[in-house]
Amino acid sequence: MTSTYVRTDHIPAKRKALGQAMILIATILLVALFLTQVLHKAGSISAGFENWRPVLYAYLIWSIALCWGITLIKGERGQRALFVLPAFLFTIAMVIFPLIFSVYISLHDWNLSAFDGPKFNGVDNFMALLGDTYYWNSMLNMLFYLIAILFEYAIAFGLALLLNAQIVARKFFRVVFLMPLMLSPVAVSWMIGKSLMEFRFGPAAALARQLGWESPAFFSTPEIARLSIMILDAWTFIPFMMIMLLAGLQALPLEVNEAARIDGANNWQHFWKITFPLMLPVSITATVIRIIFKLKLADIVITVTSGGPGGATDTVTSFIFREYRDRSNVGYGTMMAVVYLIIIIILMTLMLKLIDRWMQKVT
Amino acid sequence: MSQNNYSPGVNLVVYRILIYGALLFWAFLCLFPIYWTITTSFKTAVSVTQGHLIPWIDFTPKWIGFRSLGMSPETIFQISTVRDEFLKRFVNSVITSTSASILAVMLGSLAAYGLSRFQYKLGFFKNSDISFFFLSQMILPPVVLALPFLVLYRELALLDTTIGLVMLYGLMVLPIVIWIMRDQFSTIPIELEEAGLVDGLSVWGVFLRIVLPISFPGMVAAFILCLVLTWNEYFFAALLTSADAKTLPVMVASQTGSQGINWWSMAALSTAAIAPLAIIGIFLESYIVKGLSAGAVK
Repeated sequence: MTSTYVRTDHIPAKRKALGQAMILIATILLVALFLTQVLHKAGSISAGFENWRPVLYAYLIWSIALCWGITLIKGERGQRALFVLPAFLFTIAMVIFPLIFSVYISLHDWNLSAFDGPKFNGVDNFMALLGDTYYWNSMLNMLFYLIAILFEYAIAFGLALLLNAQIVARKFFRVVFLMPLMLSPVAVSWMIGKSLMEFRFGPAAALARQLGWESPAFFSTPEIARLSIMILDAWTFIPFMMIMLLAGLQALPLEVNEAARIDGANNWQHFWKITFPLMLPVSITATVIRIIFKLKLADIVITVTSGGPGGATDTVTSFIFREYRDRSNVGYGTMMAVVYLIIIIILMTLMLKLIDRWMQKVT
Repeated sequence: MSQNNYSPGVNLVVYRILIYGALLFWAFLCLFPIYWTITTSFKTAVSVTQGHLIPWIDFTPKWIGFRSLGMSPETIFQISTVRDEFLKRFVNSVITSTSASILAVMLGSLAAYGLSRFQYKLGFFKNSDISFFFLSQMILPPVVLALPFLVLYRELALLDTTIGLVMLYGLMVLPIVIWIMRDQFSTIPIELEEAGLVDGLSVWGVFLRIVLPISFPGMVAAFILCLVLTWNEYFFAALLTSADAKTLPVMVASQTGSQGINWWSMAALSTAAIAPLAIIGIFLESYIVKGLSAGAVK
């Protein structure tokens, strides 16, 4: 829905010229500063600044001049553009430029702690990556972590149904169930992963012993360590899916429930035949967003296991983090990140396409 | 056509017990780690290693954790370097997360309003493409930007500065704000705004005088969601800050002393790190629910 009411206003030629001059001057300033700095860094001229900060300020001034100039030149249409322009300029500067830069970095042998700067090495990083078993291992781990979302979804759905039932103290339970999402994953992973699940004294380990598990070491064998990380992550993010699903349940038409009661369908049939299909769109939204968040998983792994034992819990992000921390290898680390991004984009596009097609078939 | 032969009364009771049992079980799972964190900050080493759980019954609570932070009753008025360090990190976290959230809510709300009301054309880019451009930032994993930013920030002298972190966090939560606010603005009837335009307000006048007050709760919801994400952010902070701009999560994560871990001080630090958001969670829960629900239901 868009506004159809457009005011036609006359813009004086003088104002137009002022706006154009403003943008022109700011552009010249930005380009001049940029070129000066490039030449200065290359060593051709001595004039310049010790860092690139002035260029950033010039970009800021240019952005302001552009926004202002457009309103002067285009009047009402410029004012409308002014809503989107700041966010757009911000995103361009913060994403598009660094992304292009990251492709540049990834084609270089670049060690930040070494004295000599970047050396172009073409696709060497990529070739090294193809043979890096640890990288592909962390990619495989991501697959396991993604599968865990199915279980998170099932639990979250169950909790949403519970909260949607006729219960007393609903508000209390909602606040309590939401709590894990609010807490800092780093603090939580310390307190749960490193003390609650501690081998010797942790209550979780004590409980596991009571239940008959001889040596409850949550982080020493690969499979169990991975499972523990999954559980920690699920604990934090189940509330997130739960709230979205609860919103979906509450938006269901009341008649649907009434009709089922009269038909005498029991709860189980009712759920699978009516509630679940109606909840499909919300479920897909929640799951897709959850997948996006899961692909960023790193902080818990970094603090609790540092990827161990033997890389069994590594996510791609935590692996690249350590690659940088241990070796300052920016070039190779960036290549890994860029490849990760490309894989994500391809798979996400495929997934969304498939979901689209499937949804059309279902509804 | 009930499938069981029990009387409805008994059935209902069993049903209730199951529901409340499940609710209480999950509530326990949510709360026990928090309880453990808080109580551990009052435990001596012996109480920790023996896994004591209940204060006054199997261990005597002492201010040991908060004393090590310089925040127990007897040390609060004394000079403490640990406390200064902690307060510095705490203030850093507060400044970073609130400024980044304000930045994102401002930029994001404006963009979302523009996209939901006006037709844009930027070359062959139309509204839906611009929306997609913003929202697609969400799938960008932080690690892709992390190392380029490390290099760029070094060149820009923005490494280890709060402003650098604020810009990055603002970028990180911007798509979420746009996602929430687009949903919020689409619920406002457009006739209200057209009436404003007819009355002689400019488009910005309409936005500031009419739309802003109506959509304010939505903005609060978006702001709080941003706050949660930015307060808890660890990855960028660990990479890009070292001394000056370090935030609380980084301080929490770096607490391994030479003689192993001081659980009580670790627990006290964690308690302090989770307390602000826990309080927000309790009192502003409805806003968080609102924020998360936006866009889930169409």
